[in-house]
Amino acid sequence: MRDQKLWTVHILAGAGVAFLLGLHMIIMHLDRYLGIFNPAGGKPIEWGNVAARSGSAWFTAGYILLLGAALFHGLYGLRNILFELSPPAGLKKAINVLFWLGGLGLFALGTWAAVAGCLTARAL
Amino acid sequence: MPSENHYPNRLGIRGWLFGGNFGFERYLYALHRLTGLGILAYFLLHIVVTSSRALGPEAWRSAMGMVEGPLFKVGEYLVFAAFAFHGLNGIRLILLELGIAVGRPIEPVYPYRTSVHVQRPLAVVVMLLAAAVAVLGGFNLFG
Repeated sequence: MRDQKLWTVHILAGAGVAFLLGLHMIIMHLDRYLGIFNPAGGKPIEWGNVAARSGSAWFTAGYILLLGAALFHGLYGLRNILFELSPPAGLKKAINVLFWLGGLGLFALGTWAAVAGCLTARAL
Repeated sequence: MPSENHYPNRLGIRGWLFGGNFGFERYLYALHRLTGLGILAYFLLHIVVTSSRALGPEAWRSAMGMVEGPLFKVGEYLVFAAFAFHGLNGIRLILLELGIAVGRPIEPVYPYRTSVHVQRPLAVVVMLLAAAVAVLGGFNLFG
């Protein structure tokens, strides 16, 4: 039952990632054709463009949502792949603990970066 | 979905890559896993590298300077192409999971017909879309 719920969350997170990461990819990698959310012009990774996006509350919220959904989707997917190899119970537990700690740590780092990036961009 | 009551995976990693008689969709499944693993590896590093924007423009430019060059450009394109495939194929999988595009249930009368043939057009359309997005991304990056 628990895995059924986690699988449903995995699918919902996947749908969220497809939308948010799709938008991210359009902004960053199809800029020549669409050129959206790059107000400073030039490459999407130039600081002017990065600061404009980072300073937006919508983008900050979107980054945090994408971060959480992608971490869950990716790490749960990898966990499923590893569990299909029938590891012993102790290793399964270790994988669960490692993925939870690693995922939470990266979520904390990414959330800090999104919020601090927003404040930095607004202060400059 | 993993379960405590499953049969042991005797084929291991070979079982992921060899589609046998299962057809086109079985290879999409293998590619979905492969691209998922690649995207995840990139994503974990991406979180760390892009966190530098919180420290201001100098830190950001320094971090971006570390990941430029032809090798990184090719890697970036591979991630983009992998996402185009994984994302669109993932949407196909969600539709199938919801019972969309699998056809109506039919009586199991010999000669048996599988729903795979009903699903095939969706798989083909999704692959063509993914290829088109990957080509567009290639022109954007290298053109």
